[in-house]
Amino acid sequence: MQYAPQLYSAAMRLTRNSADAEDLVQDTYLRAWRSFSTFQEGTNLRAWLYRILTNTFINKYRAKQRRPDETGMDNIEDLYLYKRLSTLDSALGNRSAEDTMFEMFTDDEVKAALEELPANFRLPVLLADVEGFHYKEIAEMLEIPVGTVMSRLHRGRKAMHKLLYDFASERGLISASTPASAESDTTTDMDTDMDTDHG
Amino acid sequence: MADCNDALRELERFLDKELSENARETIHSHLEGCPDCLQAFDFHAELRTVIATKCHNDEMPPGLLSKIEKCFGEDFDGDGLIG
Repeated sequence: MQYAPQLYSAAMRLTRNSADAEDLVQDTYLRAWRSFSTFQEGTNLRAWLYRILTNTFINKYRAKQRRPDETGMDNIEDLYLYKRLSTLDSALGNRSAEDTMFEMFTDDEVKAALEELPANFRLPVLLADVEGFHYKEIAEMLEIPVGTVMSRLHRGRKAMHKLLYDFASERGLISASTPASAESDTTTDMDTDMDTDHG
Repeated sequence: MADCNDALRELERFLDKELSENARETIHSHLEGCPDCLQAFDFHAELRTVIATKCHNDEMPPGLLSKIEKCFGEDFDGDGLIG
């Protein structure tokens, strides 16, 4: 079960608590074990397991979830975070941008930003940006067209980047170097009900 | 020759490695001559690394694997069959 640790991390992002994440990983392995005859040797075992994981999550947890709140998802400009942080980047001098970004956001903030996305958007962003799957693999896992994967990635990423910006400015970390106009809109309207029940 | 808007429009597909060889080449040659776009692409590549790293470090509960393995030897779904 070499993929169990990464499946567990993915399950944590999806269910957002360790008890449900444990159940989800366990269900995934039991389903995989039972349907192993349908796994075609030579194909990607990891992708197959993630497909079972996402399907199990969608079937088991969708019923529990409330209506999605996608308010504010579409009013975010392209390159939202970049436009606000690039001035800061040069202000921080000679440290590499990557070091700066690693320090700018805590692990908990990055996890929370992903977990706050509605499931429709959280799934593709998780599968692409964290797990590194291709559009086609994600489309097959979620049973949606590739074009839908791309548009959900685009919208989901922007919403996640805005949340990251909000977290950092709440801590006062980057407020000094951001334009005043960017400050007025930092309270998230995505913190009430981020789950979704339609695909 | 791609201009900045063309390049930025393909930013996500470029970082997702979903562009054709030709399209990648076009972006590459634009980035070689455009520090502004290069900075934007670098930023998002690095952000991607930060997100992937920080979202992938949960510690698995120690008993989980043995719990799963134990189920493989049991009639876990109650259908009268082992496994």
